[in-house]
Amino acid sequence: MRENKKVQIVLGDKEPKPTVRQVYDKLAVEFLNELSGWLRHCKEAGEYADVMSVAFWCRRGNIEKLREGLEDGLLHLGRGLLFHITPSNVPVNFVFSYFFGLLSGNANIVRLPSKDFPQVRILCQGIEEVLSHQEYRELRDTVQFVRYDRDKEINDYYSGICDGRIVWGGDETIGMLRQSPIPPKAVEVVFADRFSFGVIQSEAVVNASREELSRLAKNFYNDTYLMDQNACSTPHFIFWLGDQTEKGAEIFWEAVYQEALQYPLEDIKAVDKYTQLCRLAMEREDIKKIEQTAYSNLLYVVTLQDIPKDLEELRGSFGLFFQCPIHNLEQLSDVISPKSQTMLTFGVNSEKIDSFLREKGLRGIDRVVPFGKALDMGVIWDGYDIVRTLSRVVTHLL
Amino acid sequence: MEELWEQNPFSLNHQEKTKYYENRILELTKKHAEGCAPYAKLLRKFDFSIEKTHKIEDYPFLPVRLFKESELKSVGDEEIVKTMTSSGTSGQQVSKIYLDKATSTNQTKALVKITSEFLGKNRLPMLIIDSKSVVKNRKLFSARGAGILGFSMLGYNVTYALDENMNLDFDTVYRFLEKHKEENIFLFGFTFMIWEHFYKALAEVNHSVDLSRGILLHGGGFKKLESQAVDNETYKRELKRVCGIEKVYNYYGMVEQTGSIFMECEHGRLHASNFSDILIRNPKDFSMCKKGEKGLIQLVSVLPESYPGHSILSEDVGEIIGEDDCPCGRWGKTFKIYGRIKQAEVRGCSDTYERK
Repeated sequence: MRENKKVQIVLGDKEPKPTVRQVYDKLAVEFLNELSGWLRHCKEAGEYADVMSVAFWCRRGNIEKLREGLEDGLLHLGRGLLFHITPSNVPVNFVFSYFFGLLSGNANIVRLPSKDFPQVRILCQGIEEVLSHQEYRELRDTVQFVRYDRDKEINDYYSGICDGRIVWGGDETIGMLRQSPIPPKAVEVVFADRFSFGVIQSEAVVNASREELSRLAKNFYNDTYLMDQNACSTPHFIFWLGDQTEKGAEIFWEAVYQEALQYPLEDIKAVDKYTQLCRLAMEREDIKKIEQTAYSNLLYVVTLQDIPKDLEELRGSFGLFFQCPIHNLEQLSDVISPKSQTMLTFGVNSEKIDSFLREKGLRGIDRVVPFGKALDMGVIWDGYDIVRTLSRVVTHLL
Repeated sequence: MEELWEQNPFSLNHQEKTKYYENRILELTKKHAEGCAPYAKLLRKFDFSIEKTHKIEDYPFLPVRLFKESELKSVGDEEIVKTMTSSGTSGQQVSKIYLDKATSTNQTKALVKITSEFLGKNRLPMLIIDSKSVVKNRKLFSARGAGILGFSMLGYNVTYALDENMNLDFDTVYRFLEKHKEENIFLFGFTFMIWEHFYKALAEVNHSVDLSRGILLHGGGFKKLESQAVDNETYKRELKRVCGIEKVYNYYGMVEQTGSIFMECEHGRLHASNFSDILIRNPKDFSMCKKGEKGLIQLVSVLPESYPGHSILSEDVGEIIGEDDCPCGRWGKTFKIYGRIKQAEVRGCSDTYERK
């Protein structure tokens, strides 16, 4: 898109042409590994845990492991050019999106978050610098990072020339991008609004050692408070299994509260959260109990009488959670929908989870992971094998 | 309520006020629990008993934003005589406040009572520092319009100082002042509008306007003036410099509790009158802040009977200066305001395109 004043070019001189490489191409892996090193040596980058997680993710060892998942003797090639729309309020998501596009053998145009996060600046600086090395010249021409405001005309243009489109940012953004057609052969990966929840075996909490409990609480904090409970994989609702649900819950929330003491609860968040709580109290008949004052304003826990029919509407933020006891996982079948994404677990029998997933014909739940891994980004996300989807398999019969 | 109409609006000391409020707030809480089902449910879910009296700080408080999201009323639709809406910049939701006859009347009476402390017992000729189009054009009708209409009952020969383009209409002002040269003048407007369209116009021209007989009431907050580094002190000093006005009183109030406004006294402190009280809460746990500690402002008013707005949590930050100890001699709590709480940068992965 030449000479469009509305598009600000952040990285990459030229608009990339469709370029096809092999999936997990050697040069790409080398580049990522070197970027990982650059980030780990960058002093400023060290101040941001999310940038460090990027550095950790893109080191050779990790990528090689991912590559193994695709070693099936078939020829996997890229599709050409990908167009990425990344979320405006998660600083490092754009770079993962770019990595997925690169590793799947494509050229990439990435719309960056409009907010000027320092993490974005650091990551762009690292990519720019490593790409400027002679050996990565080939890759340099295959990427462009851009910024622009909501603009259908620009969306139309990039959508029209791409071989694949990746849309983060939820239902509304997807709806908007769907107004801009992509070529018939192009593929699309969209990340819609999702809902995530946790299941805890109450005995496991009651019997947990002090260390185990504190690790669980720390993990839970990272899954929730760290992103203000706004990530799609953050759990809002805890279902309690077993015979000691009340005691388990009491121990668990006390441990979470201790961990939440580090949470910067800004005034506006306290008011927002209290407003949510009042609205719930005014509207919901099925509230059995509200824990409000026990944990100061850092943690509100709303206990419901039963599994709510509108489970996926129950989203808290800034430390507001829902819970209720259940007898078995099967009871959840009715409230699992295509919107259900991640089920976080602690102490739940793995075989029971497995048969629940296999046999209940659920339309949702794309991930079951232990607490602490809610936000871990992988090449398999939201039910997609992203690298496979963004590449193609070439059949070569002799 | 009756006893309050008989006396000076700043007559209750701590003890008297505590006693009166314990009864009145319980009475209002019961009334709203009976009339407003969602409110009753909230009390139940919060385990709050209306069978006994509580300390004033123990009554539940509704966050103001609830009035923007829900239609809360404690009387039948047939009893509602007036619906007030709050300000809100374009795109924002507005509060809807439902008034019955009694609440509406009490609001007016309380407003008259409180302001007469500063304006005197007699009605004064009134100059509104705004444009008539704000109240005339129903489409533009806003909290600003409602505020103007509410206050304009307090004066007579109500005259608008700004024309439709918000320019100061000097001819009108001169004619008004000439006509009322023997009387004190009541001026009213919104803090920011006065500065932007009245003060600045006066500061620019050479011919002087003498408002040394004027008494100015203004409200709405200094937020928009922060960028110009104008605080209350500067505001008063500069207004005095350009038109000689000595009596400039800020007031604090919100549409959710119209009538029981908080007036700034001659010593620059905002006062809770008999009709309302101020509590400051620590945002970390909603515990009560001590004198001199900053926190969220909770407003308690004895007026609202038709909607459960007798105890609300604002999004403003303030601190208590004192109680029953203002040098101006008025009883009750005094406080100051630091403005609105900061908007949050919310993290998360939805909303790729933020709204403009």
